[in-house]
Amino acid sequence: MSYSSKQIVALFKKDVLLETRQQHAFYGLLLYVAATVFIIYLATGEPESEIWNALFWIVQLFAAVNAVAKSFLQDSKGRMLYYYTISGAVNYVLAKLLFNAILMLMISLLTLLIFLLLLGNPLNHFLQFVLISFLGSTGLSFVFTFLAAIAAKAQQQAALMAIMGFPVIVPQLLLLGKISAITFNDVIQAGWWQMVAVLVCLDILIVALAIILFPFLWRD
Amino acid sequence: MLRSAWWKILSFALLMYTCTMGFLVKIPVLDDRLQQSIRNLYFHVPMWFGMMVLFTVSAIYSIKYLSSGKTIHDNYATEYARTGIVFGVLGLITGSIWANYQWGKPWSGDPKQNGAAIALLIYFAYFILRNSVNEENKSARLGAVYNIFAYAMLFPTIWIMPRLTESLHPGGEGSEGNPALNPKDLDSHMELVMWAAILGWTLLGVWITTLRIRLILYKEKIFSHA
Repeated sequence: MSYSSKQIVALFKKDVLLETRQQHAFYGLLLYVAATVFIIYLATGEPESEIWNALFWIVQLFAAVNAVAKSFLQDSKGRMLYYYTISGAVNYVLAKLLFNAILMLMISLLTLLIFLLLLGNPLNHFLQFVLISFLGSTGLSFVFTFLAAIAAKAQQQAALMAIMGFPVIVPQLLLLGKISAITFNDVIQAGWWQMVAVLVCLDILIVALAIILFPFLWRD
Repeated sequence: MLRSAWWKILSFALLMYTCTMGFLVKIPVLDDRLQQSIRNLYFHVPMWFGMMVLFTVSAIYSIKYLSSGKTIHDNYATEYARTGIVFGVLGLITGSIWANYQWGKPWSGDPKQNGAAIALLIYFAYFILRNSVNEENKSARLGAVYNIFAYAMLFPTIWIMPRLTESLHPGGEGSEGNPALNPKDLDSHMELVMWAAILGWTLLGVWITTLRIRLILYKEKIFSHA
Protein backbone atom coordinates (compact mmCIF):
# COMPACT_ATOMS: atom_id res chain seq x y z
CA MET A 1 0.00 0.00 0.00
CA SER A 2 1.36 3.37 -0.93
CA TYR A 3 1.96 6.11 1.56
CA SER A 4 -0.98 8.30 0.61
CA SER A 5 -3.51 5.47 0.56
CA LYS A 6 -2.32 4.54 4.05
CA GLN A 7 -3.01 8.09 5.11
CA ILE A 8 -6.44 8.03 3.54
CA VAL A 9 -7.26 4.83 5.40
CA ALA A 10 -6.00 6.32 8.65
CA LEU A 11 -8.10 9.44 8.20
CA PHE A 12 -11.07 7.29 7.24
CA LYS A 13 -10.62 5.18 10.37
CA LYS A 14 -10.54 8.35 12.43
CA ASP A 15 -13.90 9.38 10.99
CA VAL A 16 -15.37 5.95 11.70
CA LEU A 17 -14.02 6.06 15.23
CA LEU A 18 -15.53 9.50 15.82
CA GLU A 19 -18.82 8.27 14.45
CA THR A 20 -18.89 5.16 16.64
CA ARG A 21 -17.96 7.19 19.71
CA GLN A 22 -20.81 9.58 19.05
CA GLN A 23 -23.45 7.23 17.84
CA HIS A 24 -26.31 9.59 18.54
CA ALA A 25 -25.62 11.36 15.22
CA PHE A 26 -25.98 8.18 13.22
CA TYR A 27 -29.05 6.99 15.09
CA GLY A 28 -30.50 10.47 14.78
CA LEU A 29 -30.12 10.19 11.05
CA LEU A 30 -31.81 6.78 11.00
CA LEU A 31 -34.69 8.15 13.04
CA TYR A 32 -34.91 11.11 10.68
CA VAL A 33 -35.24 8.85 7.66
CA ALA A 34 -37.62 6.44 9.36
CA ALA A 35 -39.84 9.24 10.61
CA THR A 36 -39.93 10.86 7.18
CA VAL A 37 -40.94 7.64 5.48
CA PHE A 38 -43.53 6.98 8.16
CA ILE A 39 -45.06 10.41 7.57
CA ILE A 40 -45.19 9.63 3.87
CA TYR A 41 -46.84 6.33 4.67
CA LEU A 42 -49.46 8.01 6.85
CA ALA A 43 -50.10 10.59 4.15
CA THR A 44 -50.26 8.39 1.08
CA GLY A 45 -50.44 4.72 2.05
CA GLU A 46 -49.04 2.74 -0.83
CA PRO A 47 -48.37 5.23 -3.62
CA GLU A 48 -48.11 4.50 -7.33
CA SER A 49 -44.71 3.58 -8.65
CA GLU A 50 -43.93 7.01 -10.11
CA ILE A 51 -44.65 8.74 -6.82
CA TRP A 52 -42.82 5.99 -4.94
CA ASN A 53 -39.77 6.73 -7.05
CA ALA A 54 -39.98 10.51 -6.65
CA LEU A 55 -40.44 10.24 -2.89
CA PHE A 56 -37.54 7.82 -2.59
CA TRP A 57 -35.13 10.27 -4.19
CA ILE A 58 -36.45 13.21 -2.22
CA VAL A 59 -35.92 11.31 1.02
CA GLN A 60 -32.42 10.43 -0.20
CA LEU A 61 -31.73 14.07 -0.96
CA PHE A 62 -32.70 15.31 2.48
CA ALA A 63 -30.95 12.43 4.19
CA ALA A 64 -27.79 13.28 2.25
CA VAL A 65 -27.96 16.94 3.22
CA ASN A 66 -28.36 16.04 6.87
CA ALA A 67 -25.79 13.26 6.90
CA VAL A 68 -23.08 15.21 5.18
CA ALA A 69 -23.64 18.74 6.45
CA LYS A 70 -21.73 18.25 9.68
CA SER A 71 -18.76 16.47 8.17
CA PHE A 72 -16.42 19.45 8.13
CA LEU A 73 -17.63 20.98 11.36
CA GLN A 74 -16.46 18.36 13.86
CA ASP A 75 -12.84 19.27 13.44
CA SER A 76 -11.71 22.47 15.04
CA LYS A 77 -9.48 24.89 13.22
CA GLY A 78 -6.36 23.77 15.03
CA ARG A 79 -7.02 20.12 14.34
CA MET A 80 -7.62 20.88 10.66
CA LEU A 81 -4.21 22.53 10.55
CA TYR A 82 -2.75 19.43 12.17
CA TYR A 83 -4.25 17.12 9.56
CA TYR A 84 -3.13 19.47 6.88
CA THR A 85 0.49 19.37 8.00
CA ILE A 86 0.63 15.61 8.53
CA SER A 87 -1.23 14.45 5.45
CA GLY A 88 -2.34 17.16 3.03
CA ALA A 89 -5.63 18.36 1.66
CA VAL A 90 -6.19 15.78 -1.06
CA ASN A 91 -5.89 12.81 1.27
CA TYR A 92 -8.12 14.52 3.77
CA VAL A 93 -10.90 15.18 1.30
CA LEU A 94 -10.63 11.70 -0.21
CA ALA A 95 -11.06 10.17 3.22
CA LYS A 96 -14.09 12.39 3.82
CA LEU A 97 -15.60 11.46 0.45
CA LEU A 98 -15.08 7.77 1.18
CA PHE A 99 -16.57 8.01 4.63
CA ASN A 100 -19.61 9.97 3.51
CA ALA A 101 -20.17 7.65 0.57
CA ILE A 102 -20.23 4.62 2.85
CA LEU A 103 -22.46 6.43 5.33
CA MET A 104 -24.89 7.29 2.54
CA LEU A 105 -24.79 3.72 1.21
CA MET A 106 -25.98 2.48 4.59
CA ILE A 107 -28.64 5.16 4.77
CA SER A 108 -29.90 4.43 1.28
CA LEU A 109 -30.11 0.71 1.96
CA LEU A 110 -32.07 1.45 5.09
CA THR A 111 -34.35 3.90 3.30
CA LEU A 112 -35.02 1.26 0.69
CA LEU A 113 -35.85 -1.26 3.38
CA ILE A 114 -38.32 1.03 5.11
CA PHE A 115 -39.82 2.00 1.79
CA LEU A 116 -40.37 -1.64 0.88
CA LEU A 117 -41.80 -2.33 4.30
CA LEU A 118 -44.24 0.56 4.47
CA LEU A 119 -44.89 1.82 0.97
CA GLY A 120 -45.09 -1.46 -0.88
CA ASN A 121 -42.84 -2.93 -3.53
CA PRO A 122 -43.46 -1.70 -7.07
CA LEU A 123 -40.00 -2.80 -8.22
CA ASN A 124 -39.67 -5.18 -11.11
CA HIS A 125 -35.90 -5.23 -11.27
CA PHE A 126 -34.78 -5.21 -7.68
CA LEU A 127 -31.05 -5.58 -8.19
CA GLN A 128 -30.87 -2.87 -10.80
CA PHE A 129 -32.72 -0.51 -8.51
CA VAL A 130 -30.34 -1.30 -5.65
CA LEU A 131 -27.43 -0.59 -7.96
CA ILE A 132 -28.93 2.75 -8.97
CA SER A 133 -29.71 3.71 -5.41
CA PHE A 134 -26.10 2.95 -4.46
CA LEU A 135 -24.75 4.97 -7.34
CA GLY A 136 -27.19 7.74 -6.58
CA SER A 137 -26.45 7.92 -2.89
CA THR A 138 -22.69 8.02 -3.47
CA GLY A 139 -23.22 10.75 -6.06
CA LEU A 140 -25.36 12.76 -3.65
CA SER A 141 -22.82 12.31 -0.88
CA PHE A 142 -19.97 13.47 -3.15
CA VAL A 143 -21.74 16.65 -4.19
CA PHE A 144 -22.84 17.53 -0.69
CA THR A 145 -19.46 16.70 0.81
CA PHE A 146 -17.88 19.22 -1.50
CA LEU A 147 -20.55 21.82 -0.83
CA ALA A 148 -20.29 21.21 2.91
CA ALA A 149 -16.59 22.02 2.65
CA ILE A 150 -17.45 25.35 1.03
CA ALA A 151 -20.28 26.05 3.46
CA ALA A 152 -18.08 25.21 6.46
CA LYS A 153 -15.66 27.90 5.33
CA ALA A 154 -18.49 30.37 4.89
CA GLN A 155 -19.76 29.64 8.42
CA GLN A 156 -23.43 29.61 7.44
CA GLN A 157 -24.03 25.94 7.23
CA ALA A 158 -27.62 24.94 6.76
CA ALA A 159 -28.96 27.75 4.63
CA LEU A 160 -25.98 27.86 2.28
CA MET A 161 -25.96 24.10 1.80
CA ALA A 162 -29.52 24.23 0.56
CA ILE A 163 -29.03 27.32 -1.56
CA MET A 164 -25.92 25.99 -3.28
CA GLY A 165 -26.85 22.35 -3.26
CA PHE A 166 -30.38 22.11 -4.56
CA PRO A 167 -29.85 23.72 -7.96
CA VAL A 168 -26.58 21.87 -8.42
CA ILE A 169 -28.07 18.50 -7.56
CA VAL A 170 -31.17 18.81 -9.77
CA PRO A 171 -29.69 17.40 -13.00
CA GLN A 172 -28.34 14.42 -11.11
CA LEU A 173 -31.64 13.81 -9.35
CA LEU A 174 -33.54 14.05 -12.62
CA LEU A 175 -31.18 11.58 -14.20
CA LEU A 176 -31.49 9.24 -11.21
CA GLY A 177 -35.27 9.47 -11.24
CA LYS A 178 -35.30 8.71 -14.93
CA ILE A 179 -32.96 5.75 -14.71
CA SER A 180 -34.59 4.26 -11.65
CA ALA A 181 -38.09 4.70 -13.09
CA ILE A 182 -37.10 2.28 -15.82
CA THR A 183 -36.53 -0.46 -13.26
CA PHE A 184 -40.25 -0.35 -12.51
CA ASN A 185 -41.06 -1.47 -16.04
CA ASP A 186 -41.24 -5.06 -17.15
CA VAL A 187 -38.45 -4.65 -19.66
CA ILE A 188 -35.29 -2.64 -19.29
CA GLN A 189 -34.68 -0.42 -22.30
CA ALA A 190 -31.64 -0.81 -24.51
CA GLY A 191 -30.14 2.60 -23.67
CA TRP A 192 -30.35 2.02 -19.94
CA TRP A 193 -26.72 1.11 -19.34
CA GLN A 194 -25.70 4.15 -21.34
CA MET A 195 -27.55 6.39 -18.93
CA VAL A 196 -25.96 4.58 -16.01
CA ALA A 197 -22.61 5.28 -17.63
CA VAL A 198 -23.49 9.00 -17.80
CA LEU A 199 -24.27 8.88 -14.10
CA VAL A 200 -20.96 7.19 -13.30
CA CYS A 201 -19.12 9.79 -15.38
CA LEU A 202 -20.88 12.54 -13.45
CA ASP A 203 -19.75 11.01 -10.16
CA ILE A 204 -16.18 10.72 -11.40
CA LEU A 205 -16.29 14.34 -12.54
CA ILE A 206 -17.42 15.46 -9.10
CA VAL A 207 -14.66 13.51 -7.34
CA ALA A 208 -12.07 14.91 -9.76
CA LEU A 209 -13.31 18.46 -9.14
CA ALA A 210 -13.24 17.89 -5.39
CA ILE A 211 -9.63 16.68 -5.57
CA ILE A 212 -8.56 19.63 -7.70
CA LEU A 213 -10.49 22.36 -5.91
CA PHE A 214 -10.39 21.31 -2.26
CA PRO A 215 -6.77 22.34 -1.63
CA PHE A 216 -7.76 25.91 -2.50
CA LEU A 217 -10.53 25.85 0.07
CA TRP A 218 -8.11 24.94 2.80
CA ARG A 219 -5.67 27.76 2.41
CA ASP A 220 -6.35 30.26 5.13
CA MET B 1 -7.21 43.99 -27.57
CA LEU B 2 -9.95 44.84 -25.08
CA ARG B 3 -8.92 48.48 -24.96
CA SER B 4 -9.19 49.03 -28.69
CA ALA B 5 -12.39 50.35 -30.15
CA TRP B 6 -12.86 48.24 -33.24
CA TRP B 7 -14.78 45.43 -31.63
CA LYS B 8 -17.15 47.85 -29.96
CA ILE B 9 -17.87 49.42 -33.33
CA LEU B 10 -18.24 45.93 -34.77
CA SER B 11 -20.68 45.01 -32.04
CA PHE B 12 -22.72 48.16 -32.71
CA ALA B 13 -22.73 47.54 -36.46
CA LEU B 14 -23.68 43.90 -36.06
CA LEU B 15 -26.51 44.74 -33.69
CA MET B 16 -27.81 47.45 -36.04
CA TYR B 17 -27.71 44.84 -38.79
CA THR B 18 -29.46 42.32 -36.54
CA CYS B 19 -32.18 44.73 -35.49
CA THR B 20 -32.96 45.78 -39.05
CA MET B 21 -32.30 42.63 -41.04
CA GLY B 22 -33.74 40.51 -38.26
CA PHE B 23 -37.11 42.02 -39.05
CA LEU B 24 -36.63 42.34 -42.80
CA VAL B 25 -34.93 39.15 -43.92
CA LYS B 26 -37.15 36.83 -45.88
CA ILE B 27 -38.03 33.77 -43.90
CA PRO B 28 -38.58 30.44 -45.56
CA VAL B 29 -42.20 29.41 -45.75
CA LEU B 30 -42.62 26.59 -43.32
CA ASP B 31 -45.64 24.59 -42.37
CA ASP B 32 -47.79 26.10 -39.66
CA ARG B 33 -45.29 25.53 -36.91
CA LEU B 34 -43.18 28.63 -36.96
CA GLN B 35 -44.32 31.66 -38.85
CA GLN B 36 -42.91 35.12 -38.28
CA SER B 37 -42.12 34.16 -34.71
CA ILE B 38 -39.01 32.44 -36.02
CA ARG B 39 -37.42 35.90 -35.98
CA ASN B 40 -36.99 35.42 -32.26
CA LEU B 41 -33.96 33.44 -33.37
CA TYR B 42 -32.10 36.75 -33.53
CA PHE B 43 -33.00 37.86 -30.03
CA HIS B 44 -33.60 34.77 -27.94
CA VAL B 45 -31.03 32.26 -29.17
CA PRO B 46 -28.05 34.69 -29.03
CA MET B 47 -28.78 35.29 -25.35
CA TRP B 48 -27.90 31.68 -24.58
CA PHE B 49 -24.80 31.77 -26.74
CA GLY B 50 -23.81 34.98 -24.97
CA MET B 51 -24.56 33.51 -21.56
CA MET B 52 -22.44 30.44 -22.26
CA VAL B 53 -19.52 32.53 -23.50
CA LEU B 54 -19.71 34.86 -20.50
CA PHE B 55 -19.95 32.00 -18.00
CA THR B 56 -17.03 30.28 -19.70
CA VAL B 57 -14.89 33.39 -19.47
CA SER B 58 -15.96 33.77 -15.85
CA ALA B 59 -14.87 30.20 -15.07
CA ILE B 60 -11.53 30.76 -16.81
CA TYR B 61 -10.89 33.85 -14.69
CA SER B 62 -11.82 31.89 -11.58
CA ILE B 63 -9.18 29.33 -12.47
CA LYS B 64 -6.73 32.17 -13.09
CA TYR B 65 -7.62 33.69 -9.75
CA LEU B 66 -6.95 30.43 -7.92
CA SER B 67 -3.57 30.05 -9.58
CA SER B 68 -2.45 33.68 -9.31
CA GLY B 69 -4.34 35.13 -6.34
CA LYS B 70 -4.71 38.51 -8.04
CA THR B 71 -7.86 40.41 -7.07
CA ILE B 72 -8.33 41.70 -10.59
CA HIS B 73 -8.96 38.17 -11.85
CA ASP B 74 -11.63 37.73 -9.24
CA ASN B 75 -13.25 41.00 -10.35
CA TYR B 76 -13.28 39.71 -13.90
CA ALA B 77 -14.85 36.42 -12.86
CA THR B 78 -17.60 38.08 -10.83
CA GLU B 79 -18.51 40.62 -13.46
CA TYR B 80 -18.58 38.12 -16.32
CA ALA B 81 -20.85 35.90 -14.23
CA ARG B 82 -23.07 38.90 -13.47
CA THR B 83 -23.48 39.82 -17.12
CA GLY B 84 -24.01 36.15 -17.91
CA ILE B 85 -26.93 36.09 -15.47
CA VAL B 86 -28.41 39.19 -17.12
CA PHE B 87 -28.18 37.44 -20.48
CA GLY B 88 -29.75 34.32 -19.04
CA VAL B 89 -32.66 36.27 -17.56
CA LEU B 90 -33.15 38.07 -20.87
CA GLY B 91 -33.06 34.70 -22.61
CA LEU B 92 -35.80 33.40 -20.32
CA ILE B 93 -37.91 36.52 -20.86
CA THR B 94 -37.56 36.56 -24.65
CA GLY B 95 -38.23 32.84 -24.67
CA SER B 96 -41.34 33.24 -22.54
CA ILE B 97 -42.74 35.93 -24.82
CA TRP B 98 -42.14 33.68 -27.80
CA ALA B 99 -43.56 30.63 -26.04
CA ASN B 100 -46.69 32.56 -25.16
CA TYR B 101 -47.51 32.78 -28.87
CA GLN B 102 -45.98 29.52 -29.96
CA TRP B 103 -46.91 27.13 -27.18
CA GLY B 104 -49.87 28.99 -25.71
CA LYS B 105 -48.35 29.89 -22.37
CA PRO B 106 -45.13 31.52 -21.22
CA TRP B 107 -43.95 28.57 -19.13
CA SER B 108 -44.68 25.01 -20.13
CA GLY B 109 -42.06 23.18 -18.08
CA ASP B 110 -40.08 22.31 -21.17
CA PRO B 111 -36.82 20.51 -20.25
CA LYS B 112 -34.76 23.26 -21.83
CA GLN B 113 -36.69 25.91 -19.92
CA ASN B 114 -36.25 24.05 -16.66
CA GLY B 115 -32.56 23.52 -17.35
CA ALA B 116 -32.03 27.22 -18.01
CA ALA B 117 -33.90 28.16 -14.85
CA ILE B 118 -31.76 25.76 -12.80
CA ALA B 119 -28.60 27.16 -14.41
CA LEU B 120 -29.63 30.63 -13.30
CA LEU B 121 -30.37 29.40 -9.78
CA ILE B 122 -26.86 27.92 -9.64
CA TYR B 123 -25.38 31.29 -10.51
CA PHE B 124 -27.66 33.21 -8.15
CA ALA B 125 -26.32 30.92 -5.44
CA TYR B 126 -22.82 31.99 -6.48
CA PHE B 127 -23.61 35.60 -5.62
CA ILE B 128 -25.34 34.65 -2.39
CA LEU B 129 -22.27 32.67 -1.37
CA ARG B 130 -20.00 35.60 -2.16
CA ASN B 131 -22.11 38.06 -0.23
CA SER B 132 -22.46 35.80 2.78
CA VAL B 133 -18.73 35.88 3.46
CA ASN B 134 -17.39 39.14 4.82
CA GLU B 135 -13.67 38.64 4.45
CA GLU B 136 -12.77 39.80 0.96
CA ASN B 137 -10.04 37.27 0.30
CA LYS B 138 -12.06 34.37 1.57
CA SER B 139 -15.16 35.36 -0.36
CA ALA B 140 -13.08 35.57 -3.54
CA ARG B 141 -11.53 32.16 -2.94
CA LEU B 142 -14.77 30.39 -2.03
CA GLY B 143 -16.48 32.13 -4.91
CA ALA B 144 -13.85 30.97 -7.36
CA VAL B 145 -14.04 27.37 -6.16
CA TYR B 146 -17.83 27.34 -6.35
CA ASN B 147 -17.80 29.08 -9.72
CA ILE B 148 -15.64 26.36 -11.27
CA PHE B 149 -17.79 23.65 -9.68
CA ALA B 150 -20.98 25.38 -10.84
CA TYR B 151 -19.63 25.69 -14.35
CA ALA B 152 -18.90 21.97 -14.47
CA MET B 153 -22.42 21.25 -13.21
CA LEU B 154 -23.85 23.59 -15.83
CA PHE B 155 -23.02 21.13 -18.58
CA PRO B 156 -25.27 18.30 -17.45
CA THR B 157 -27.96 20.86 -16.61
CA ILE B 158 -28.27 22.54 -19.97
CA TRP B 159 -26.39 20.28 -22.38
CA ILE B 160 -27.03 16.69 -21.36
CA MET B 161 -30.29 16.54 -19.42
CA PRO B 162 -32.55 18.38 -21.89
CA ARG B 163 -31.31 16.13 -24.66
CA LEU B 164 -32.48 13.00 -22.90
CA THR B 165 -36.14 13.96 -23.14
CA GLU B 166 -38.40 15.32 -25.81
CA SER B 167 -38.68 19.07 -25.95
CA LEU B 168 -41.22 21.51 -27.27
CA HIS B 169 -38.38 23.56 -28.68
CA PRO B 170 -37.89 23.54 -32.44
CA GLY B 171 -35.81 20.54 -33.33
CA GLY B 172 -36.74 18.80 -30.11
CA GLU B 173 -38.92 16.12 -31.60
CA GLY B 174 -37.82 12.66 -30.68
CA SER B 175 -35.21 12.10 -28.03
CA GLU B 176 -32.31 12.66 -30.41
CA GLY B 177 -30.90 15.92 -31.65
CA ASN B 178 -30.48 19.40 -30.33
CA PRO B 179 -33.69 20.49 -28.65
CA ALA B 180 -33.27 24.20 -29.23
CA LEU B 181 -32.71 24.85 -32.88
CA ASN B 182 -33.80 23.10 -35.99
CA PRO B 183 -31.25 23.74 -38.73
CA LYS B 184 -33.76 22.51 -41.26
CA ASP B 185 -35.93 25.57 -40.55
CA LEU B 186 -33.25 28.02 -41.66
CA ASP B 187 -31.96 29.08 -45.03
CA SER B 188 -28.57 30.64 -45.71
CA HIS B 189 -29.78 34.25 -45.31
CA MET B 190 -31.28 33.51 -41.96
CA GLU B 191 -28.14 31.75 -40.87
CA LEU B 192 -26.03 34.77 -41.82
CA VAL B 193 -28.17 37.07 -39.70
CA MET B 194 -28.17 34.52 -36.89
CA TRP B 195 -24.39 34.43 -36.64
CA ALA B 196 -24.23 38.22 -36.88
CA ALA B 197 -26.71 38.40 -34.03
CA ILE B 198 -24.82 35.89 -31.91
CA LEU B 199 -21.51 37.68 -32.39
CA GLY B 200 -23.08 41.12 -31.89
CA TRP B 201 -24.93 40.28 -28.67
CA THR B 202 -21.95 38.42 -27.24
CA LEU B 203 -19.63 41.34 -27.93
CA LEU B 204 -22.18 43.63 -26.29
CA GLY B 205 -22.05 41.41 -23.22
CA VAL B 206 -18.27 41.62 -23.10
CA TRP B 207 -18.49 45.39 -23.56
CA ILE B 208 -20.92 45.79 -20.65
CA THR B 209 -18.64 43.65 -18.50
CA THR B 210 -15.50 45.63 -19.30
CA LEU B 211 -17.35 48.84 -18.40
CA ARG B 212 -18.38 47.36 -15.07
CA ILE B 213 -14.85 46.23 -14.35
CA ARG B 214 -13.55 49.70 -15.14
CA LEU B 215 -16.09 51.14 -12.73
CA ILE B 216 -14.88 48.80 -10.00
CA LEU B 217 -11.25 49.72 -10.64
CA TYR B 218 -12.05 53.44 -10.46
CA LYS B 219 -13.96 52.92 -7.23
CA GLU B 220 -11.01 51.09 -5.73
CA LYS B 221 -8.74 53.91 -6.79
CA ILE B 222 -10.98 56.44 -5.07
CA PHE B 223 -11.06 54.37 -1.89
CA SER B 224 -7.31 53.95 -1.83
CA HIS B 225 -6.83 57.71 -2.13
CA ALA B 226 -9.48 58.59 0.40
